[in-house]
Amino acid sequence: MSEAAPVPKRSNGRDRPEAIVVGAGHNGLVAACYLARAGLRVLVLERNAYVGGAAVSRRLFRGFTYSNCSYVCSLLRTEIIRALDLPSYGLQIIPYEGGCTLMRDGGHLALYDNHDALRREIGRHSRRDAEAYDRFMRDMLRHCRFIKPLLLRAPPDPTTLRPRDLRELLYLGRHFSGLGEERMYDTLRFWTMSCADLLDEYFESEIVKAHLAGSSIIGTALGPRSPGTAYVLLHHYMGSIDGTVGAWGFARGGMGAITQALASALRANGGEIRTEASVDRILTRNGRATGVVLSGGEELHAKIVVSNLDVRRTFLESMDAADLPQEFLAQVRRFKIRGSSGKLNIALDGLPRFPAIPPGAPCIRGDMHVTDTIDMLERAYDDWKEGRWSRRPYIDMLIPTQIDPTMAPPGKHYMSVFVQYCPYHLAEGPWTEERRARFGQTVIDSIAQHSPGFRDLILHAEIRTPWEIEKEVGLTEGNIFQGELTFDQLLFNRPIPGYAQYRSPIRGLYMCGSSTHPGGGVMGAPGANSAAAILRDLRR
Amino acid sequence: MLTETEPHYRQPLLRTRFHERMRAYSQVDSFIPWSGYSTVDVFTSVEQEYFAIRNSASLYDLTPMVKYRVAGPQATRYLDRLLTRSVAKLSPGKVAYAIWCDDRGQLIDDGTVFRIAESEYRLCTAERQLDWLLDSSIGFDVEITEVTADIAALALQGPCSCSVLRAMGLQGVEVLAPFEFKHFVFGAGTAALVSRTGFTGDLGYELWVDPSEAERLWDGLMDAGRVRTIRPVGSRALNIARLEAGFLMPNVDFVSSAHTLRNGTARSALEFGLGWLVDFGKGHFTGRRALLEESRRKPLRRLAGLDVAGTKPAHNALLYSDRAGRRQIGSVTSAAWSPTCKRNLALAMLDAPHFDMGRQVWAEIYVNRELVWQRRMVPARVVERPFFAPARRRATPAGDF
Amino acid sequence: MSACRYDCIVVGGGHNGLTCAAYLARAGRSVLVLEAQEAVGGAARTREFAPGFRVSACAHLLHLMPGWLSRELDLPRHGLRMAAERMPTFALSAAAGVLRIDPRTHGAPAGLSGVDARAYPRYAARMNRLAAALSALLEAVPPRLGTGAWRDRLTLLRLGARLRFIGRRDLREALRIGGMCVQDLLDEHFESPLLKGALAFDAVLGTNYGPRSPGTVFTLLYRMAAGTASAHAVAQPAGGLGALCEALAAAARSAGATIRTGVPVASIVLRDDRAAGVRLETGEEFEAGCIISNADPATTFLDLLGAEHLDTGFVRRVAHLRTRGMTAKLHLALERPPRFAGLEDASPGRIVLAPSPESIECAFNHAKYGEFSTLPALEVLVPSAADPTLAPHGKHVLSAVVQYAPYRLAAGWTEHRHQFLDAILALLEAHAPGLRDSVCAAELLTPQDIETQFRIRGGHWHHAELALDQFFMVRPVPGAAQYRAPVHGLYLCGAGCHPGGGVMGVAGRNAAREVLREAA
Repeated sequence: MSEAAPVPKRSNGRDRPEAIVVGAGHNGLVAACYLARAGLRVLVLERNAYVGGAAVSRRLFRGFTYSNCSYVCSLLRTEIIRALDLPSYGLQIIPYEGGCTLMRDGGHLALYDNHDALRREIGRHSRRDAEAYDRFMRDMLRHCRFIKPLLLRAPPDPTTLRPRDLRELLYLGRHFSGLGEERMYDTLRFWTMSCADLLDEYFESEIVKAHLAGSSIIGTALGPRSPGTAYVLLHHYMGSIDGTVGAWGFARGGMGAITQALASALRANGGEIRTEASVDRILTRNGRATGVVLSGGEELHAKIVVSNLDVRRTFLESMDAADLPQEFLAQVRRFKIRGSSGKLNIALDGLPRFPAIPPGAPCIRGDMHVTDTIDMLERAYDDWKEGRWSRRPYIDMLIPTQIDPTMAPPGKHYMSVFVQYCPYHLAEGPWTEERRARFGQTVIDSIAQHSPGFRDLILHAEIRTPWEIEKEVGLTEGNIFQGELTFDQLLFNRPIPGYAQYRSPIRGLYMCGSSTHPGGGVMGAPGANSAAAILRDLRR
Repeated sequence: MLTETEPHYRQPLLRTRFHERMRAYSQVDSFIPWSGYSTVDVFTSVEQEYFAIRNSASLYDLTPMVKYRVAGPQATRYLDRLLTRSVAKLSPGKVAYAIWCDDRGQLIDDGTVFRIAESEYRLCTAERQLDWLLDSSIGFDVEITEVTADIAALALQGPCSCSVLRAMGLQGVEVLAPFEFKHFVFGAGTAALVSRTGFTGDLGYELWVDPSEAERLWDGLMDAGRVRTIRPVGSRALNIARLEAGFLMPNVDFVSSAHTLRNGTARSALEFGLGWLVDFGKGHFTGRRALLEESRRKPLRRLAGLDVAGTKPAHNALLYSDRAGRRQIGSVTSAAWSPTCKRNLALAMLDAPHFDMGRQVWAEIYVNRELVWQRRMVPARVVERPFFAPARRRATPAGDF
Repeated sequence: MSACRYDCIVVGGGHNGLTCAAYLARAGRSVLVLEAQEAVGGAARTREFAPGFRVSACAHLLHLMPGWLSRELDLPRHGLRMAAERMPTFALSAAAGVLRIDPRTHGAPAGLSGVDARAYPRYAARMNRLAAALSALLEAVPPRLGTGAWRDRLTLLRLGARLRFIGRRDLREALRIGGMCVQDLLDEHFESPLLKGALAFDAVLGTNYGPRSPGTVFTLLYRMAAGTASAHAVAQPAGGLGALCEALAAAARSAGATIRTGVPVASIVLRDDRAAGVRLETGEEFEAGCIISNADPATTFLDLLGAEHLDTGFVRRVAHLRTRGMTAKLHLALERPPRFAGLEDASPGRIVLAPSPESIECAFNHAKYGEFSTLPALEVLVPSAADPTLAPHGKHVLSAVVQYAPYRLAAGWTEHRHQFLDAILALLEAHAPGLRDSVCAAELLTPQDIETQFRIRGGHWHHAELALDQFFMVRPVPGAAQYRAPVHGLYLCGAGCHPGGGVMGVAGRNAAREVLREAA
């Protein structure tokens, strides 16, 4: 049918894309960049009017730029920045100077970049912990060093006898045994531990543990006492692996700056991006991908289709069930994508005051958390389990405008507030305007407890529950990782056992979103790995 | 302005009670961090400071050295389990150089242990390790407290050091034997604990006082030493002296096994040639079983002293068994030209059997000739340590110079 | 002194200690077992808790001990007899009635209908296949990693091959679900809350986890795997579990072992850095070529041996071992047989009161914060129904395992144990009206009671939490996972070792093998 359709001007097919990437999130753009660099004609289709997916900077209130989904540039792989030369396309990353956790009793724990300042700071809470922190960071670095080379490799399928899988398994085995006996055991334990148990092996102070445990629950439907959360903690530490401080920081202009740089890199490599092009369906014929249909009915053809959508959206909502093996579909259906996070983007009339933070301390320019103890985080999780937003949520907030004034009018500030936990399914019924407002109020109240006069500074607040995130960004249940980071959905299990190498049951159809190994966060590794798999199949 | 006025997030490094005095002497404004304190790297020039250590008298601020008070009914048993050498044999009033290891016998740190009283000790270490010390105390009736900030300390080193102390009024200090300490009172009743210890391999003392007495101690020593041209010295001059004495420097000659990230980079106590500090007969201590097993095997590598040809210090040089550089057999950890011995010295980790005394190895040295870099293969010979060991360091009563 | 010298001394006469002693004695070693209590059995003893009423003190069912172990030690000949075998599980809920789950059958539980009834056989078949593959792992001595020793490599290869040959689909499933939470797994297959509750209960029984805790599919598979080798499926020995221990003791004695009771060991004596004997609390000493401790690892290393004789890094690991129990035990002496709604008589079966995974999770929520569960999940047994010798004529004994009771109750156990007992009795009364009135004596064992009465530090049934990060090669801690302590001549044989607790005996057998291997 499409062959008969009128084709514009140069109809010799040179204009037709060789690869279509569905979704212009950071992973879609990374994949597209790598493909374009290898000489493929790439077309990226984006449903929204803007590129970026969940790594965006949006002007939603007069003069304010919101990083309204992801808010910190921590994980973007060095290899990708280097290969795509992103700084040349305008990417500027400004490292954090610190961070802190605010306690209910008015106390605080700050984390500073300087080792001695940090030791003295932790020492205010526990001298022992101040020194145990070095041991903790050494061990985290050891785990990072172990996992780092695995991030940009397709995980091997341990159930096959294909030479490539065996080779990769052998590599994995050698990499593992290179750790030495004791650390092999430590690694085995680490991967299956809960964050709370892990931290108990190092620290005695509740606030130190609570501060560190925050990273173990962000984006997940697990509590700090759930086994497996030690890994989630590591997932948030991987950004600082190679010691380049730039890895943890703000992107100037908001998170959209990253995807804008990627888009520029893509265009420079000859790729094309179409926005407001919503893909309705992925077309297949005889078990092969042939292209996509846009919601307007337009058909676009290409022999390679790469989906940046999460695995459920790709296979359940964008394809005919009849085109896919039943068992595969069943596995897609049980892939766990749970909405557990909310977000507030707040425009402020001035810089809020946090009396707990000593004057001049740089931690206000980093990530500020609100929590007290691991128990408090765990109770916040209990609320989620029962279908409520946390009555005392874990809050991770930042005010990027202190570092990057381009994001707000002079003297005003933008605050990004990440909230854990907020369920997709509310026990009391569907999300409504009123419920969303109450959720927002809970969060604002929590912040206001630590910042007198905070409420009066609010000019505008965008309140985002998992439901809004799903609707706007297209992430199922608003899950920021496109799928839980649990054992059953990591490595060769991610997203589906047997389909962990970016390929799908349909030839020519690939996955490149965070649903695939190594998972979410603005890392770009799934996109890069996916492109590598495609190019290998094309023998490029 | 004795203590810091700024909070830790503005000024992360602490200042010792000697800071203002040292600042007054500092001509090149060269301060470096050490264990969370700001200390002097160079006051005037490395050469002048070095010769003060070797040929007259020198003062070095020891306050940042991490100090722990270990006390309690089982303090001796605790330390005997922690350290590789026997503490039970150490009588009150004595000091010992000691090392401690992890379960695999790999070196964590070295330091000195003072037996202050029957069941009270002071452990001085290069780095903080409360975490390890406390975990080691599981099952022992012992109390461990860090007292670094509660004690101000100066090292007075050099041939004239005893004379300076006597000039300051420390009666009978000359009969203090190496690794002994005693309480003295000087001036208008200032109490100081004086130990005949040091990091220079020379005649020298370390003086420990209450922080409130710090400046009085400094002034007293500087006054008493004026005629003998006493001078404050920085870390760089001290580093040459300690290399001549053959002492190890943490994070230079060894990385504590508590910090190593890679498998196979930590080194055992025996590999540093510190077997003489390991007492297998005293009962169990951490790492004993691993070290015992290792001592039964042939050593794989060992730290050795090198006498390198020429005058260019072999900093970070790779070492080969042959002049062509085909087989690497180790690398240099510390190197310096010794102005006293007039020898080019180095400490190096060498594979077996190249660490045997008298062996010749080849060092690959890069030489900077007005930014024209040249590579040299220089012969080096494995020699005895310490490189410099004057009789005066042990003589008791101490010599009057 | 020389009269008191043995080849081997086993410290603690629990079922693993006795098993170990029996195997050693049969191999010709002179063995001495020293038990602190007046009778052998440890936590698997049968005790009189009220005049005329006897009950298995902690564990009350035999379902994990491999049949080959019983045959090798000839336990039936030494007096082991079952009062009930292949006992079914009855899942009760006020809302949904009764489900009867029979062990080892893949047929849908009676009382189940619709989609679930169709899904169950496939689920059960697959889980049983995976469990069977896992059972080889349970029986193996964990290998050490990175040593290059052929024995370790062989073990790894063998286990790897075993896993590999369960077939690709099962392997994929095993690798997927191995770390999952049991609730997610059950949600994938079933709808009935009662069925899911009963199955989830098995996964969390005796652990510090709830159905939503990742790793609980593993604990479920662990239990099933251990059960696959059991000779009687779920069984109740005549005379309670104490009878099993008596049989083990008889087997050991008949092979020449000496068993002494009422002799608490105070410390393990070292000579030349080798375990060379033990000292009793009375001061009496015994010498031996090797010492095998049935005590939990923390007690063995920190109390009996002493941190002084171990390396700091090792002690740090032992100190971090998670040893706090979360399970309580309730014993009731009843005037008349309890009548559970929906069940005929007090039929010999295991009654599970866990109406849904959510209810278990809810019970678990409390325990995380040092509170007892106000609506606990229970495994109830009326042992006297199958074995009338346990109670005076016409009267009955009820034995219940209660989840969850934290080791450290924030409000204090001494002050609040009655409230907990009340909560449990209220729950039982709701399912068995009239039960409360028939109670003539009650004994509630909190983890703290288990700690003091059975000398298990933390009062955990498994001595150390059974979780993926404390399993196999890292159980109890790296450096002691091959039943061998870092001190020569000292071995571990208790539940703190691989494969863990439950009345299984494999740890005792494996430890005996390691002792014999060393000496050979």
